[in-house]
Amino acid sequence: MFTIALTHYLIVAAILFTLGAVGIFLNRKNVIVILMCIELMLLAVNINLAAFSAYHGHIVGQIFAMFILTVAAAEAAIGLAILVVYFRNRGSIAVEDINMMKG
Amino acid sequence: MFIAAMFFYLFALMVVLSGAMVVLARNPVHAVLFLILAFFNSAGLFILLGAEFLAMLLVVVYVGAVAVLFLFVVMMLDIDATAMRQGFRQNLPIGAAVGCVLMAELLLVFLGGGHSGSVLAIGHGGASNTTLIGRQLYTEYLLLFQLAGLILLVAMIGAITLTMRHREGVKRQSIAKQNRRTRGGTIAIVSVESGAVPDALEDAPAAHKKLQ
Repeated sequence: MFTIALTHYLIVAAILFTLGAVGIFLNRKNVIVILMCIELMLLAVNINLAAFSAYHGHIVGQIFAMFILTVAAAEAAIGLAILVVYFRNRGSIAVEDINMMKG
Repeated sequence: MFIAAMFFYLFALMVVLSGAMVVLARNPVHAVLFLILAFFNSAGLFILLGAEFLAMLLVVVYVGAVAVLFLFVVMMLDIDATAMRQGFRQNLPIGAAVGCVLMAELLLVFLGGGHSGSVLAIGHGGASNTTLIGRQLYTEYLLLFQLAGLILLVAMIGAITLTMRHREGVKRQSIAKQNRRTRGGTIAIVSVESGAVPDALEDAPAAHKKLQ
């Protein structure tokens, strides 16, 4: 009997989340890849929510996943717009060049 | 059930592999394409979970909009991909350490949480997944739904105002200026005696030359 346990989904989501976090550390210079890694982490969260929604037999997890999708889309749009403006002003998107505020 | 399990492992493997390739790809364009592959395969995982609406939403919103937006930006910006890869090696130990710790924590939580049992697709009296979501979304979560729309509106306006710029020396049509024009401001009636050259037309050839 082959049934897919909840833990299988959770492990897939955990691996994906960890990959996203490690990607942020590895690609410290490239803002676009950092944004993509954030998308990967949000995807992992969505997989978790959908898996728990099916596990508990309640639809609300999928609705939460939909809201996360909305926020992720807005975040990507704003982030990329900031990136385009930054590239237009400075001619580079390297993270270490972003130091105008000397923070 | 066997086929479902096989598809689960196929999709899970592809999600993990393409997620790894997003991180490891040298070319940012390849990274975006692997991101699209990851989204497609996780849509397959959602279908296996019985969340068909979410799967279609993932394909439409993520693959159709977000990933294409990434692709546009990657291709629009002139990025030196090799310079961006510098520091990959020296960041590898700390990245691997953080990844191992995070992975161990997540697995401890997930495997020790006592979540045993299989995952079954939700079904309530034969209603489809979309019907169930709609029923909840438009009643119990109506306010949050409206708020999500507001977030998207703010994001849209923000992205437009951030990226819009006015270049100097470009002729533009100003609709408001055109609409503000009145007859009195542009046309003057000059009474002309017959035979006499009116003042306004006296240096007409010169004005004509100036216009050219």
